Amino acid sequence: MEKKEKGLSVGTRRTIAYVVLAIISFLCLFWFYMLLINSTRSHAELGRGFRLIPGGYMIANLKGMLNGTQPILNGLLNSVIVATCTAALSVYFSTLTAFAIHAYDFKLKKPLFTFILAIMMIPTQVTALGFIQLIRKMNLMNSFIPLIIPAIAAPITFFYLKQYMETALPHELLEAARIDGASEITIFNKIALPIMVPGIAVQLIFTFVSSWNNYFTPALVLVDNDKKKTLPILIAMLRAADFLKFDMGIVYMTIAFSIFPVVVVYLLLSKYIVGGVAVGAVKG
Amino acid sequence: MKNGKSGTIVRYNRWAYIFLIPFMVVFIVFQLIPLVNTIYNSFFEHYMSGLKEIGPNFAGLANYGELFKGGDLLKYFGNTMIMWILGFIPQILVSLILGAWFSDPSLRLKAQPFFKTVIYLPNLIMASAFSMLFFTLFADTGPINQLLTGLGVFKEAYSFMSHVGSVRGLVAAMNFLMWFGNTTILLMAGMLGIDTALYEAAEVDGATSSQVFTKITLPLLKPILIYVMITSLIGGLQMFDVPQILTNGSGDPMRSSMTLIMFLNKHLFSKNYGIGGALSVCLFFITSILSFIVFRINNAGDN
Repeated sequence: MEKKEKGLSVGTRRTIAYVVLAIISFLCLFWFYMLLINSTRSHAELGRGFRLIPGGYMIANLKGMLNGTQPILNGLLNSVIVATCTAALSVYFSTLTAFAIHAYDFKLKKPLFTFILAIMMIPTQVTALGFIQLIRKMNLMNSFIPLIIPAIAAPITFFYLKQYMETALPHELLEAARIDGASEITIFNKIALPIMVPGIAVQLIFTFVSSWNNYFTPALVLVDNDKKKTLPILIAMLRAADFLKFDMGIVYMTIAFSIFPVVVVYLLLSKYIVGGVAVGAVKG
Repeated sequence: MKNGKSGTIVRYNRWAYIFLIPFMVVFIVFQLIPLVNTIYNSFFEHYMSGLKEIGPNFAGLANYGELFKGGDLLKYFGNTMIMWILGFIPQILVSLILGAWFSDPSLRLKAQPFFKTVIYLPNLIMASAFSMLFFTLFADTGPINQLLTGLGVFKEAYSFMSHVGSVRGLVAAMNFLMWFGNTTILLMAGMLGIDTALYEAAEVDGATSSQVFTKITLPLLKPILIYVMITSLIGGLQMFDVPQILTNGSGDPMRSSMTLIMFLNKHLFSKNYGIGGALSVCLFFITSILSFIVFRINNAGDN
């Protein structure tokens, strides 16, 4: 083994790397390509066999989906509302929390920071039972509020922004603003927030996407009215329905409709997203 | 005596507490109270029998006894772990190799942004829609079966959904696809943080690339590897969307792909508060122990 390895030139290793990367890229993209192709084919065409080129039924499938039994447009709108509000509130208040820990010296600074880090990993599922009982008592079942408001306390978003703030927001800047007579709220909104924009943008995207994709909690809260359900719940209902009765072209179109908005946004912003993954994930 | 300056600093610092109010209030209302409530529920007999609500009656540890009786819990724990491991092993191996290639300056790989964009893409896909996609693609009359029978690999359509190995394999494959890009980027960041002088010294000594990898990169990467493994394990214990949609919540065949959270979800929907609470508490303790380890790793650098 060792001897063989020594014989491998940089050129050979590079070739192996490209071949493996090509295979892996294929494995990542193949499914989405199939989805794209199949969403443009009719039910009859899909039954006839596997094809690699698109068909001509995209518009027909789209119309079929919109006129179908599932309130897909409502689902899209609900998902957009929930994900946008969640992202905005979560990121604004996480920045505020990070600012409180970063910009001030107070007695409970270290214990509170440690506390937030300690609760970072508690999964929402383990408190779901008590959460649903509470929501029922508050009369908030089938409302978006229990999906949006809890995102204000988001330890992972907080941690990322706190890490980012350490490099982006020098204490001298805050001091200068105080000497100029700015209030603490103004300092946060007019100085800290604008400086944090690159970090905030990354977290806006991540929070939006994770809310958009979330299935567990919305499925427990939005139970009664189909028109108030978000896209992941509609997908689950599609799976639960009698599958053989469905037009497969429309099924693929519905899946594509849930997946591709995020793909398009991702491709436009991938530079920031991929760069933002590693920052703040592991300390030191 | 208090001078003017420290007085104003104290006055400023009061704002820290004000700014922390939203986080703390929301945390207490929507996480702490539900957690306490969940633990409280686990000690009470409380469930629905048809439309009739039974309880709540104090039951001590009876729910925990009920939970562990019959071995279902262990079976679902086993299912969850098997599917996690099946996805995690290829994930960590591929991520280590890709991370090493991306961070190796002598390879000078071109189109790196393209490859990173592609491998990270599945992570952002809605897990439930991705799972639904796999369900349709791997259905008995789906395109994968059409392709494989067309190529003569199978004589007749293979029923992926009715074999234990293929259902678990599909769940693991989806988890692998969704997470290896994320892991690659984390490991690569760790590899780029290793002092290049070590690599130069190894090169002078005539070490091969595999020796450099096993003798320098891996040992120095150990903290990040442990971090990745435990965070992935915590994520694995929460495995839900993919097997839930793929099997329509049944965990079939014969509940061999039923995960712990799918089990919890069933109890939540049938309003089995007692047993559901006991299961939540068990999951809470397991993830707390794992989180504590992550927490220690993250803070190791500070001490």
